[in-house]
Amino acid sequence: MIRADRLITPIALFLVAFFVVALPAERSRDFDGTITFLAGFATTVGIYAIFTLALNVQWGYTGVFNFGVAAFFLVGAYTSAIFTKPPSSSEFVQYVGGFGNFLSPPLLDSGEWLPFLVGIAAAGAMSGILAFLLSLPTLRLREDYLAIATIGVAELLRRVVIEERGIVNGTNGLVGIPRPLSGYVDPRDYTFLFLGLVLVVLILLFIAVERGIRSPWGRVLRALREDELATAASGKNVFAFKMQGFVVGAVIMGIGGAVFAYGRGSVGPETFDHFFATFLFWAMLIIGGSGNNRGAVAGAFFVWGIYTIALQLNGYDLPAVLKTRIFFIRDFLIGAMLVLILLLRPQGMFPEERRVSIWLDRRMRQLRRAPPETPGEPEP
Amino acid sequence: MALFSTRLTNRLAEARAQLQRVGDTASGVGLWALIGILFSYAALAETQLFIIGLIVGGVLALGAIGLTLIYGVLRFGNFAHGDTMMLGSYLAFFFLTGRVLAERRDTSIGFSLNDLPGATERLGDLTFGYGFLLAIALTAIVLAAFSVGLDRLVYRPLRRRRSAIVIFAMASLGVAFSLRALLLIIWGPGPRSYIKGIFLAQKYPFDITLKTDQVFIFAVALALAVLVYLLLFRTKLGKAMRAYADNADLALVSGINTDRIIVWTWAIGGALMAIAGILLSLQANLKPELGFQLLLPLFAAAILGGLGKPQGAFIGALVVGVSQEVSVAYLSAGYKPGVAFAILILILLLRPRGLFGSTT
Repeated sequence: MIRADRLITPIALFLVAFFVVALPAERSRDFDGTITFLAGFATTVGIYAIFTLALNVQWGYTGVFNFGVAAFFLVGAYTSAIFTKPPSSSEFVQYVGGFGNFLSPPLLDSGEWLPFLVGIAAAGAMSGILAFLLSLPTLRLREDYLAIATIGVAELLRRVVIEERGIVNGTNGLVGIPRPLSGYVDPRDYTFLFLGLVLVVLILLFIAVERGIRSPWGRVLRALREDELATAASGKNVFAFKMQGFVVGAVIMGIGGAVFAYGRGSVGPETFDHFFATFLFWAMLIIGGSGNNRGAVAGAFFVWGIYTIALQLNGYDLPAVLKTRIFFIRDFLIGAMLVLILLLRPQGMFPEERRVSIWLDRRMRQLRRAPPETPGEPEP
Repeated sequence: MALFSTRLTNRLAEARAQLQRVGDTASGVGLWALIGILFSYAALAETQLFIIGLIVGGVLALGAIGLTLIYGVLRFGNFAHGDTMMLGSYLAFFFLTGRVLAERRDTSIGFSLNDLPGATERLGDLTFGYGFLLAIALTAIVLAAFSVGLDRLVYRPLRRRRSAIVIFAMASLGVAFSLRALLLIIWGPGPRSYIKGIFLAQKYPFDITLKTDQVFIFAVALALAVLVYLLLFRTKLGKAMRAYADNADLALVSGINTDRIIVWTWAIGGALMAIAGILLSLQANLKPELGFQLLLPLFAAAILGGLGKPQGAFIGALVVGVSQEVSVAYLSAGYKPGVAFAILILILLLRPRGLFGSTT
């Protein structure tokens, strides 16, 4: 018998997918335009899925409470911009660094991909260092202390970006971040190339996270999320493992920030407000199912799908009362949905797997493939 | 030999515990000394900013006391606290003027407290009339009921299921963002204010200039803090609340009614949030996004005082308020949240249980 609650997830995902495809198709009535739109949509979902994966490492597996995703997002995005842009040429645009020219020596035609890779690596490293520093005073304390400390660091970094104009050009932000590999394809097709790039990064990270979680290291993280005392009693250094989980998540967030910056071509402080750059990722993870990487990706798709649908609906002839408010209504729905999920279906769309072990998975597959011979049967 | 080494390790452990006790006392004394130095320096060097800081701190204290009470009884940090405060200020605006956003302009529901005869007549030098006082009282009642209702809808089911503390915090975050979106839906993103026009400040001794409103704000904040103190330390309900916050199991065994405690905690917290929000918005414009920015100073104050300790939250809020305002003399005003954050990190490093917190 099919249980009703198993159907909720596919139905919800299908409905969102349907409207995401149908609304732009109906509005534009143009195949190519719709495909380009959908490629853009998929790119955004892919970038946000990187963040939800990272948050899943921190919250879903390690149980570390990071309410300041925006901080790591910001550090990643700005770091990659600083590393790939050429030095400032105008006195009105001020920022530190600008290593782009330095990173583009005429070596194996590396001008396209070397700065891009270095930018991603630097973004991950900087974000990881920030997480390391932040974990020192807070990780030994109760979970909510880290939460409020991360909110604080996100707010502080945003303020520093706005107030200290010399670091990354203040409120005007940085524009003209070189887009990776853009020299290889026609500008019109670049959307698709970038989508492929995002998907490659996402899949690599997804495999890495899955592999990590299904290792003994990942099981320690899960164990200390469930019961720190028992994990400590088994001889594991709780603080070190928690810090590792937090830092690994932060590194992935930094990479996500870098990919976001490349996708946009610009970064400004207005991107990193708490609703957009922190809460949305939390909503995605909780709705998708924390503790499950597929859930994290599905949550990114679902919530961003709702976002996009609201954006599309705004293009229709709505009554003015609704039109000025549609984005606020959408935000309200996402907030309410988070609370409802916590109340009614805390496991999210994709519940956490109970068994995370590569070895056991392999063994189970073997058993299934060759069922043990039933004893007592006479041999021919 | 084995006996000797056991004795030695015992001795060592004892010495270490003693050292920790000494260190603990030192950090407590050091913190108080630091606060004393900060306050005396601020009072002497930046008297005007110091007084403003005390006023801001007094208002923050109302929010922080509510936060710390909720934390003490329910054991979770309420991340919706700042946004509920903003809901309070918007509700007061609504009761005063009866206005909500229609399509692009405001529309009035036809009745408001300002329509009452003589409600806008200024009381002395204050910028508002008795209608505003009515609005404060009405909002406090509504928000107390709202908080109790929200607990019934969201937090009680979670309690029944014995959810982890972090799930409560997460739910409160969801509530926070829903509330902000709700404010945007009903009143729009534009800034609003209770009273239009510019009012002159009065001169006071020591070169201090204050608006009468600011004196009123501080007086109300102080009076409410005293009231909460009396309630917590002089009534049976307060005693039960403190007992429950100290040790929930022991309180249950002593026959304290948990449900009643929780309802009162939310009611008191809600009323304090409403009044804090209104007093805060009396000086500045109302904006929906202010709520989340309030979280940092509120939590810094509550943690500085020791989570769960109302008297600590009061002192903590004064420290945060004064530091934030006095910092304006040296840093850009945009760094005010940074000052609260610095206090938070400092306290987490030096003495995570705060000024009044117990060791356990």
